[in-house]
Amino acid sequence: MKKFTEFTGLVVPMNRANVDTDAIIAKQYLKSIKRTGFGPNLFDDWRYLDPGEPGQDHSKRRPNPDFVLNQERYRGAQVLLARDNFGCGSSREHAPWAFLDYGFRVLIAPSFADIFHNNCLKNGLLPVVLPSAAVDTLFAQVESTPGYRLQVDLRAQTVTTPSGEIMSFTIDPASKNRLLHGLDDIELTLQHAEEIRAYEGRRREQAPWLFVGFDA
Amino acid sequence: MTAKTLYDKLWDAHVVHQDDDGTCLLYIDCHLVHEVTSPQAFEGLRLAGRSPWRPNSNLAVPDHNIPTTHRDAPIADPVSKLQVDTLDENTREFGILKFEINDVRQGIVHIIGPEQGATVPGMTVVCGDSHTSTHGALATLAFGVGTSEVEHVLATQCLTQKKSGNMRIVVDGRLMPGVTAKDIILTIIGHIGTAGGTGYAIEYAGSAIEDLSVEGRMTVCNMTIEAGARAGMVACDDKTLDYVSGRAYAPRDEMWERACQAWQDLHSDEDTVFDREIAVDAGVIEPQVTWGTSPEMVVPVSGEIPDPSAAEPAKREGRIRALEYMDLEPGTAIQDIHLDKVFIGSCTNARIEDLRDAARVVVGHKVANNIKLAMVVPGSGLIKQQAEREGLDRIFKDAGFEWREPGCSMCLAMNADRLDPGERCASTSNRNFEGRQGRGGRTHLVSPSMAAAAAVTGHFVDIRDF
Ligand code: SF4
Repeated sequence: MKKFTEFTGLVVPMNRANVDTDAIIAKQYLKSIKRTGFGPNLFDDWRYLDPGEPGQDHSKRRPNPDFVLNQERYRGAQVLLARDNFGCGSSREHAPWAFLDYGFRVLIAPSFADIFHNNCLKNGLLPVVLPSAAVDTLFAQVESTPGYRLQVDLRAQTVTTPSGEIMSFTIDPASKNRLLHGLDDIELTLQHAEEIRAYEGRRREQAPWLFVGFDA
Repeated sequence: MTAKTLYDKLWDAHVVHQDDDGTCLLYIDCHLVHEVTSPQAFEGLRLAGRSPWRPNSNLAVPDHNIPTTHRDAPIADPVSKLQVDTLDENTREFGILKFEINDVRQGIVHIIGPEQGATVPGMTVVCGDSHTSTHGALATLAFGVGTSEVEHVLATQCLTQKKSGNMRIVVDGRLMPGVTAKDIILTIIGHIGTAGGTGYAIEYAGSAIEDLSVEGRMTVCNMTIEAGARAGMVACDDKTLDYVSGRAYAPRDEMWERACQAWQDLHSDEDTVFDREIAVDAGVIEPQVTWGTSPEMVVPVSGEIPDPSAAEPAKREGRIRALEYMDLEPGTAIQDIHLDKVFIGSCTNARIEDLRDAARVVVGHKVANNIKLAMVVPGSGLIKQQAEREGLDRIFKDAGFEWREPGCSMCLAMNADRLDPGERCASTSNRNFEGRQGRGGRTHLVSPSMAAAAAVTGHFVDIRDF
């Protein structure tokens, strides 16, 4: 997994609640069997005026000038500021893959949907939960300040504004540790292989029907 | 012994290891796999030189991408075909059972799990799909995961998880005739909102849930994710046992007796305290229709499109945008909304009882002239077969419905079944997000009988008066 320690980047505001993963990466792009290449299709329906299909040259499509990511001042944004329940809906991990592929490293919102939040953490895309009032403040600042950048320090668990205001966030220690060191989850779990086998042994005694399984 | 909830019991029985901060390694009994969220996981295994921990705990089926017509011919869309072929290759290489497209057992992953007895009470069930919550209707702990976690389960049979809070939604009383499981869950989502269950596992209880069939309970648990919770569940009772008994992969004979014994404990103990509890009166629930682009934007069929200015300030803008997208005006009566297409299908409402409900409404009628397409997509090959045995296909076809092959179809429109821009659809699926059923398409979520009545009248009607 991609490490995350500290990051400073241009902020783009996305002022709507309940942004769902269907909107983040539309269904037709889920047909890909790769983890990369989703960046040009992040927010596809909102970002382009014409419909898109996989395999198309997306640079030739008509961008929607009203969509926030297409505005000149937000070009190259890597920190997304969002509203409540961000990433709700489908479990598609293509959503964080699309953010990363586009160049995002941090998402800030008052709340995230569970599965999406988890998927971000697994990919080194940092979801930062800040209180609604703090998010309101950031929205006001980013909208009134071109070139607005935030500094995010995972070790200190802080977001620092250009004027030096510091906002703290919480993150569960296990996820933090994995992100800081870019650890491989599977490798960590396999260190418990003996325990897993011991569990299976006990469980097989109690509930043998759980181990019959499906034979290919 | 302290009183435990059903969720506590299922959780505790599957903890392999617990860290000091409460992070657990949770053992997964059954892993369901489909073509869309698995290719990158299998690729990850291959790159790391790993193999599945317990291949026979996995069951795979293609469902999202596949056409619902001409199933004898190869898939026409080359990108879809590659993904389905990739599932073939991966399951073959790693020794995982997969139902072929033309196998009668093929169907939507969350329909075939219970149907095959692959998911049984007491299990932990995961799938790279948010509607895995469906299986909780059988007193399982079932939840959706992302592709990294699909790889993790394949490689280790475990997931790294933190426990959620305990939430109980008690639905007491008797449903009015014509009101269904779908209306219960839409009412709940309208009430608690799409983030209302975030951070919780939800147990559905109360007399109205007990009165539901197991299939109805699946409809309720299915849409738990639309209420923000990853897992929804219902206690095990006699109906559960009757449902599971005799299914292809369910335990048999002496093993069945032992399993039934163990499953007796799959309910919340008396006096358990839940972190959050909600009561719903079943007797006042009306048939529901969503009007917006989030499942919480829902009203009774007797109602009208709400005025966004009456909503709390934080929700106002979202509602204005939803009305624009849906091309609807506040104050319009729901029954005055005319439709272009009707979709009866999806893992929410494509089981045999759903098809029977819809057929009962359709019999003797014709699809209205303004409806360009009304389609029924059974949840599995076995459901399709059963429906045909009962003559339901004839009823639908005689009325002018299309009778299709099983799959996800227009629930998410990854195949050719979709709405064109601006088209309005009554759908028995679970998501009305912008573009969900096709770019620019407008979705209204309803129960199967409400969708059927809308198909034959061309607009929404109150099924209780139909
Ligand atoms: S029917 Fe719809 S919700 Fe269910 S698994 Fe398929 S796409 Fe997902």
